[in-house]
Formats: sequence, C-alpha cells, structure tokens
Amino acid sequence: MSSSVKKKGIKFLKGTLLVLMAIFAGGCKKMVVLESKGAVGVEQAFLIKIAFLLMLIVVLPVFVMVIWFSIRYRASNTKATFKPKWTHSNAVEAVVWGVPVAIIIVLGYITWESTHELNPYKPLESDNKAIEIDVISTDSDWLFVYPEYGVAIVNQMVFPVNTPLNFRLTSGSVMTSFFIPALGSQMYAMAGMQTKLHLMANEVGVFRGHNMEYSGNGYAGMNFNAISTTQEGFENWLKGVKESTDSLSVDRFKDINSMFNMNHPVTSFSAVEPDLFNKVVMENMHWMGMPEHSEMEEKYGDEPKGSMHMMHGHGSMH
Amino acid sequence: MSTATKTTDIAHDDHHAQHQAEIKTFGFWVYLMTDLILFSTFFATFAVLAKNYAGGPGAKELFELPFLFVETMLLLVSSVTFGFAVIAQQQGKQKQMLTYLVVTGLLGLGFLGMELYEFAHMIGEGAGPDRSGFLSAFFTLVGFHGLHVTFGIVWLTVMIIQIVKVGLTSGVESRLARLSLFWHFLDIVWVGVFTFVYLFGLV
Amino acid sequence: MFGKLSLSDIPFHDPIVMGAIGSSTIGAVVILGLMTYYKKWGYLWTEWLTTVDHKKIGIMYIILAGVMLLRGFADAVMMRAQQAIAAGGNEGYLTAHHFDQVFGAHGTIMIIFVAMPFIIGLMNIIIPLQIGARDVAFPVMNSVSFFLTVAGAGLMMISLGVGEFSNTGWTGLAPLFEKEFNPGVGVDYWAWAFQLSGMGTLLGGINFVVTILKMRAPGMSLMKMPLFTWTSLTSSVLIIFSFPVITGALTLLTLDRYLGMHFFTNDMGGNMMMWNNLFWMWGHPEVYIVILPAFGIFSEVVSTFSSKRLFAYKSLVWATAVIMILSFTVWLHHFFTMGNTVNVNVFFGITTMLIAIPTGVKVYDWLFTMYRGRIRFTSPMYWMLGFLTAFVIGGMTGVLMAIPGADYVVHNSVFLVAHYHNMLIPGALFGYFAGFSYWFPKMFGFKLDEKWGKRAFWGWMIGFLVAFMPLYAVGFMGMPRRAAHYDDLSWQPYMITAAIGTAIVGLGIACQVIQLVVSFRKREELEDATGDAWDGRTLEWATASPPPEYNFAVVPVVGDLDAFWEMKEQGTAFRHYPVYADIHMPKNQPYGVIIGGLALGLGFAMIWYIWWLAIASLIGIIATIIISGSNDNDGYLIPASEVKRIEDLRFDRMAQAKKEKEEEVEKLSKEEVYEYSDKNN
Repeated sequence: MSSSVKKKGIKFLKGTLLVLMAIFAGGCKKMVVLESKGAVGVEQAFLIKIAFLLMLIVVLPVFVMVIWFSIRYRASNTKATFKPKWTHSNAVEAVVWGVPVAIIIVLGYITWESTHELNPYKPLESDNKAIEIDVISTDSDWLFVYPEYGVAIVNQMVFPVNTPLNFRLTSGSVMTSFFIPALGSQMYAMAGMQTKLHLMANEVGVFRGHNMEYSGNGYAGMNFNAISTTQEGFENWLKGVKESTDSLSVDRFKDINSMFNMNHPVTSFSAVEPDLFNKVVMENMHWMGMPEHSEMEEKYGDEPKGSMHMMHGHGSMH
Repeated sequence: MSTATKTTDIAHDDHHAQHQAEIKTFGFWVYLMTDLILFSTFFATFAVLAKNYAGGPGAKELFELPFLFVETMLLLVSSVTFGFAVIAQQQGKQKQMLTYLVVTGLLGLGFLGMELYEFAHMIGEGAGPDRSGFLSAFFTLVGFHGLHVTFGIVWLTVMIIQIVKVGLTSGVESRLARLSLFWHFLDIVWVGVFTFVYLFGLV
Repeated sequence: MFGKLSLSDIPFHDPIVMGAIGSSTIGAVVILGLMTYYKKWGYLWTEWLTTVDHKKIGIMYIILAGVMLLRGFADAVMMRAQQAIAAGGNEGYLTAHHFDQVFGAHGTIMIIFVAMPFIIGLMNIIIPLQIGARDVAFPVMNSVSFFLTVAGAGLMMISLGVGEFSNTGWTGLAPLFEKEFNPGVGVDYWAWAFQLSGMGTLLGGINFVVTILKMRAPGMSLMKMPLFTWTSLTSSVLIIFSFPVITGALTLLTLDRYLGMHFFTNDMGGNMMMWNNLFWMWGHPEVYIVILPAFGIFSEVVSTFSSKRLFAYKSLVWATAVIMILSFTVWLHHFFTMGNTVNVNVFFGITTMLIAIPTGVKVYDWLFTMYRGRIRFTSPMYWMLGFLTAFVIGGMTGVLMAIPGADYVVHNSVFLVAHYHNMLIPGALFGYFAGFSYWFPKMFGFKLDEKWGKRAFWGWMIGFLVAFMPLYAVGFMGMPRRAAHYDDLSWQPYMITAAIGTAIVGLGIACQVIQLVVSFRKREELEDATGDAWDGRTLEWATASPPPEYNFAVVPVVGDLDAFWEMKEQGTAFRHYPVYADIHMPKNQPYGVIIGGLALGLGFAMIWYIWWLAIASLIGIIATIIISGSNDNDGYLIPASEVKRIEDLRFDRMAQAKKEKEEEVEKLSKEEVYEYSDKNN
C-alpha cells in the first residue's frame, strides 16, 4: 500500500509537472498574449507573469503538502505522530489567514495601479500623432472607418507602427467583442452605444483579430488581419484604397449588416458617408426622445475617460 | 411504506401539529423574502428603464393621481378589513370573520378591476407594454403585483369555502394566518410600487 | 391545434441527431418494456414517483444527474471532436448552427441538470440524517421541486429531437437571444427548461433553509453542525437570494420574446447590458451554490479518512460564510470589458480576489486536517486529493482573471473555458463523486468497489488535466471560445490533445459505470451491516444503512461537533432500546409528479405556441396546488411495535455480520499461520 501510494503520488506529480512544462515552454513562442507586440499588451503580459509568481507562494506549498502529508501520514505508517484531537493552532491559523491576506493586499494594490494604467479609455502617449479608427461590428463582420482619411475597409485593418490607435466601437447588430490578442485589451461593441479602446503596435507585422463574444452563425469566421506597417506602407495602402470604386453609404452598411449576409471578403471603400459611425449608433438611439437631463452625465460627467459614453443616452447600468 | 403501519389523523399529535405549523409559518416567511427579491429585480429593472420612453408617452402623460389614490385606498383598506377578520377569528365570531373576509376579497377585486381598467386604457391609447422600455418595465412590475393580488383572491376564496365547509380546524387556521401575511405583504409591496413608480414618475 | 409544431421540426435529415434520438428512444422502450414485463409500474408509482421520503427523492435526483451527465458529456465529446478537426481548410463534421446548439446545451445541462440535481440529491439524502431529523421540513414540496427539475430536463431532451436548442450559450446572450435575431424555438427551450428547474431549485432552497434552521436534533447548535450541513445551509441561502433574480430575468426575456416588450432589445428603450448584470447577479452566486456543498463534502471526507477531527472548524465555517456574502459582490467581473468606469472595475476586481482568501484558508485547513492523522486512501480520499491539487491551479487562474488589466486579454478566450472547468470539475464534480462514493453505503447498504472507483478517479483526473491544460495555453494564443472553426493551424495540436483528454475522461466515466455494475454484483461481499461503513464521525452513520423510513428510531441528542464519534467514544452508539415510541411520518402524495407532468406540458406548449395546452396545464397546476395545500390529513403513525421490529432486525443483522467477520478473521489468521509454517518448512 504505502509504496504504491508513494509511487503513484510521485508519478502523478511528475506527470502534472511534465504536462505543465511542455505546455508553457513549448507553446510560449506562439502565445501572442504573453509575447505581446503591443504597448498595452506588453504591460498586460508583465502583469500576468507577476500575478502568477505571487500566487505560487500560496499554491506551491499546497502541492508539497498534499504529497508530503499523504506519504507521511498514510494509515500504514504507524510510526508517524497521530494526534486525532488536534484541531487548533493559533500559529497555523495566523499563517493560513495571514499569507493569503498579505498576497491579496499586494495584488489589490497591483490591481488598483494596473487597472488605472491599462484603462482602455486612456489615450496612449507617443511622439507620433494618433490615428482615429471607428470600428463598427455586424453579427459577422468588422467594418473599420478612418474618419480622418474618409476611407473604410471590411475585415482588414491597416495602421502604422508605433502610432497610437484611438478606437471608437459600436455594433450595428448583436453584442460583439473586438480583440487583437497580439496588441492587448479587448472591448465590447454594442448597438446604440459607443465604447472606446486605445492600442499601439510596437512592431511591424500581421496580427489576427477576432470577435470574442459569440454572435451567431458567422461568429467563427468573424476574424480579420490587423496589419501593422511603416508610415510609408500605411500611406501606400491609403493610396490603394483611394483607388477603390466602392463607397460606403448608410444603405451600403445596412446591406453588410444584414443578418443573412455573412463573413464578407476584404472590401475597401474610397469614400465614406460623413459621420457614418454616429449614424449607426443613432440607428438604435433615435427612440430615446429628448431627455430632460442625462443621468449618465450627472453620474459620470466628471470622469469621462473611463465611462461608457452614450450619445444622448441615460439610465444605463454600470 | 410498510403495510403493517396504520394511518391516523395528524391532529392526534398536538405537539407535532404545533411544530409543523411553526415550521410552515417560518417557511412562508422565507418564501415571502424570495418573492420580495423577485419584486426587487423588477423594481431595479424599472429603475434602469424608467426614462427609456422611446419617443412614447412618459409617466406624466399616463398617470392620474386621483385615480391611483382610490386604487391604493382600496388595497390599503382591504388590509385593514383582513385585520378585522383576524380579530373576529380570535374572538370566535366566525360569521363576522367571514363577512370581513368577503369584504376583503371584494376590495381586492375592486383594486384589480381598476388596475385592469388602467391597463386597458393605456393599451387603447397606444401605450402598451411593447411601446417602449419604460412601458415594458411598468406593465411588468405593476402587472406582477396584480398577478399576486389575483392569486391572493383565489386563495381567499378557497379559504372562505373551507371555513364554511369544515370550520376553523387547526389546518385552516394556520393557512389563514399565512394568507394574512401574504395579503399584508402585497399591501407593502404596493406602497413601494405607488411611491416608486407613480409618485416618483409624476414628480 | 399544435401551434407552430409540425413534422418538419423533427430533423430527419441529420444523421447525428437521428442517431441520438434513435438510441434514446430504443433505451426508453427497453426500459418501459422491462418494467411492464416485471410488473414494476405499481412499485414505481408507490415507492418512487409519489414518495415524499427525502432519501428516495435524493436518489432520484442523483439518477437524473447521472443520466444528464452522460448527455452533457456526449455534447462535450462532440465539441472537442469538432475543434480537434475543424482547423484551416477543414470545416469539421458539424455545421456552425449545430455546434452552437451543442455548446449551449452542454453548459445548460452541466450546470442546471447535472451539478444542481447531483448536489441537491446529496443534500436531500444526507442533511436530515446529519442533523438527526426524520425528513425535510416540507416533504411534498420536496417532491414538487424534484419533478419540476425533471420537467426542465425533459424539455432539454425533447429539444434534441423536436425543433432545436438555443444557440446563445448557457448564459444567454443579449440581444442575440431576442426574437429579432433568434426567431426559432431554441431560445424558448432554453428559457423554459431553465425556468422550470430554477423554480424547483428555489423551492428546494427554502426547504433546506427551514429544515436546517428548524429541525436539528436537540443539542446541535449552529456551531456543532457538521461542515456539510453548514455549507448546504449557505448554499441554500444563496439559492433563496439569487434564484429569484434569474426567475425574474428569464421572465423579462420571455416577455420580450412573447409579447414584444423591450427589456434587452437593441432599440425601443431596451438595455442589453441589463441582462449581463441580472444574469450574473444570479450566475456568480450559482457558482458557489454548486461549489460550497462540495467543500462540505471534502471536509467530511478528509476528517473521516484521516481519523481525525477537522482542523479549525470555526475558521472553516467563517470562511464559508465570508464566501457566501462576497459571492454577491463580484458579478461584474464577468464583463470587465463592457466599458465600465475604472473604479467600478477595480472594485469588482478586488472583491473577487478577496474570495481567494477564505478559499485558500479552507485548502490549508483541509491539509492540516491530514497532518498527524491516519490517512486511509479510499476512493473518496482520492477525489479529495485530486481536487486539492487541481483546484489551486484554477484558483490561480481565477485570481489572474480578477485583475481587470489581465482579464482584458484572456476574457472570452478558451483560457476562460479552461478556468471555469478547472473550478467546476475538481471543485464541484470531484466533490460530488467523493460524496457519492462516501455516502453510497448509507444509501444502499453496501460499499462501491474500490478498485474501479480509483480507476475512475485516474481517468477523470488525468483526462481533466490533458483536456484543459492545453486550453490555458491556447487561450494565451488568443483563441476565442465557442468557435466552430478556426484558421490558425498552430492551435490544432492543443485542441487534439484536449480531445484526447476528453476521451480519457470518457474512460473514467466508463469505469464509473462498470463500478456500479461490479459493486451491485458483489453487494453481499461489500455489505455494511453496521450502518457505519467508514468509521464515521457524524450522525448519518448512527443509523442503519440504508436507513429506515423514519431515519432514527430515537432522535439522537448531540453533545459535540463529531456527534457520532463522541457516542462511540462514550459507548453510547448503536444503542438498542427495549421500548420505542410511535413515529409520525408524512404520507406519500402524487402532487409532485402531477405538477411536474403539467409543468412539462406547460413548457412544451409555450415553446410551440400551443395555447390551449398551456392554459389547461396552468389551470391544472393551480388546481393541484390548491388541493395539495388543503390536505390536512398528510401524515400517518408508525406504531412502536413496528419500529421495534425494524430495529430488532437491524441489530440481529449487525450481530450476525459481526460474527461472520470474526469467523473470517479467525480463518484468515489461521491461514496465515499455515502459510507461515509452510514457508518455514
């Protein structure tokens, strides 16, 4: 009994460690979240690693104690101390409450700092001038509008490296979540509302973007390439887009937004109806009528950077 | 169940019956609490959607205070008459108690009638529950309370029939006590609805 | 006449679905045929369907959970198989629409129809025994609770063959589940199945709160309640506080879909974010509803098999209470990425982390219960140790996701899928399995076969690790959850590994089925005549196994936390009284099964817009409630002589078993002597 338990325990521990090591070592290069190429993502990867190490302080002793106690205090080992009525120890209690409390205090502080630092609504600092990109999701496609350049593109996004990207997001349909794992934070896009996100690529490259919130039959195909290129490359791309004969009106958007029209090929638009983003938002807002006062502004007006900004909306829950 | 066991009436075991009644009352309080949370969910929903008129009519266009005052008074008075019924029961005046219970039921019906009239009137004016988020929340919260009053009246009717048919047995008494709790509970919830939905809406 | 329902709603063209329907139908026909052949219908009706005995209701709950576990696992296999092959140019063998229904069904079944009935079943069987009561507070309502859950499960099974199931996950997704985006019956199946079983659970929660607070044996103060009773109490309190919220939220959704209201719609004044809030105000406490009682089971198991009192009982109770309260303050961490203000996210992030403190304390208290004990490695103890090692990994990833900044990059990825399976499989399911094998002898009078039990454990444990550890890794690669297909081929090896893990879990489940068969065959060998199969510490072991209908011939008086242990030490356990008193017990009632049947009719009718059936069922339900509520003659007496007869039998059996055992020991020791002398010769 005892030796077989011992063997099994050790075998089990070995197996677990091997699996864990294989996964965390072998896949590390592909783990774009941990090997981030974005200014925001790099901080997040660091945050994840720090938190992970801190928690090991509590977790590792558990593994050790499970194995040690199992072997030492197995019933067949009559030599081990047996204290069937030992139920209390102030020292043990102090440690088992104290250590987690201390770790959570540290983690709580890290949370406070990092959440403010990584606030998706906070513009990023850079010497380069930020680019505005309006993201409009349907239930199966991503539409990127560059209001400063008057162009738009479906299911592909091109931007210059080392340049802050200021996203406004909304949805023309169901709720979706906009995420480029290699760059950092994701953000929900919701109809009739506008959310914000700020990202910046540190490297040139092609990164995959996904919708993370299930949105219907077109969900699995709701991906796009986020292409980080040089300033020159970006300008060349703009020139190419300007040659497109397609233009994006509200009606054209409605066609893309149609539920039965899924997973479009990459399509560029050389012209975009002015203020298209707000018009899509208003599509689900016009019902609101004119409020006497806006609760949102009242509640969050003094802290605009982090709040969900609703156009003329009010009464939403936080 | 073994065949060797014999059945016998619960009332034989006084102590047991008393303990059972106590447990049932406590359980009913717990149930009322869950119901209150359910109401709170609808209250919270209403709070969120209270201004989402979607271009439709708002509280000020829809609610009339005098009408609501009468409606509210009907329910409040019904609570009082239920109280009188309980007093009559304690004094052993069964006939008087029955009268008060019937009056309570009629007042409840009056309340329900007024509520249904209000609903029909609103729907007729194009302010039905599908008109806006605000109206959905309104009809759901108020209607849910109305549904409770309906069940209360059904229960009350059943109790009146039982009292007439079998008299005030311990079982009937204990159920009547719980119905009384339920009825007062509806009253309190209505005070909340009245204040929160109507008064705040009109202010 | 049949509303929206027509023959074309049965997917005859889909071989996978038809295969599933075909095999379930054949299974059902075989069972019904056997029942008719052996004339068991009367037995089924009088002994099971109309029973109000908490032990039998509990067993039925567990059977329901077991059946639904197989269905939910089949869904898991389908998903893992799909994701193992549907990469790059390969679209897999399931259409996107079919895959979507499978993940919705899997989640709904596993949480609502496996975890809930399993734990409520164990609570039903054990709590009255552990607190020295003769039944739950409201035995008839208990039966109603069960059959409402069955009605919900019935709708889940019907959705397999008639119409379709929801594609909006087990959580429901606003506004995707609105009529505008989802005109079919799938969402309605989900909502009604959920609603009916939720109501059953709510009634069950009320029942257990009252039972535990009002029906404990004399002497059992709150701080002398066994940990399983404590955790069940907190779990029941969570039920009565949180289930009304989901009842309300589902009602609002139903009104949206049936009457065109605007609660969660995009336009006309709806607010989709409200669904996320309402759902998780229930959903997060729900996680603790299923996990806390498992913590209670682990506490009982670790103490019993370490032959030692529980370490830091008070600490464990307080930790449980703290978790219960905190669980209401964390719901927003399910949507940190909805654009909330920074401080809102910080608040909910930190409250979430706080839960790690009492949970960590519990883990260490269990470990210190093992410390200086005499640990017997039975299969419940295996589940316990497997839980300890695997659960802390899940706890770690949980705290990680509680940091909003980190959550922004792993939310809604398969990392999240790995995390909550890491909490629920070791945290809840392993606990239930531990409880099942620990209390099995109490339910049936014989132990489960240990060899197959341990094999089952290894299947689950290894399978779990192989299936979910890769998902953490793929999560860090950015893979979204719920994807029927993906084009990044570097994810595929991990998904294949995960599929292999699922197959290993399948072996574990097979071992469990074999274990049941083997144990039933060897039931005489595995018999426990004492009622105290494991040298237990709490009151449930003080009575016979299986316990008589009245549980305790004489209501025990409790003087200590480990009440039964104390009795054994003082020599007052197993007392055979010369005289007994009459015992008052509740009578069997058909109301539960009637209400359950009508509720199934109501749900089905509402899903298919068969209005006449809906109205008829509703009237039937109300009438049944009135009739059952007016029934005062609901009990009967077991005469003292009958109690004495049953108790005498028990003690005869116990004495007989003792004698047999002594003879066997004697025989064994003689053989040993022979062996010894053989060797020496």
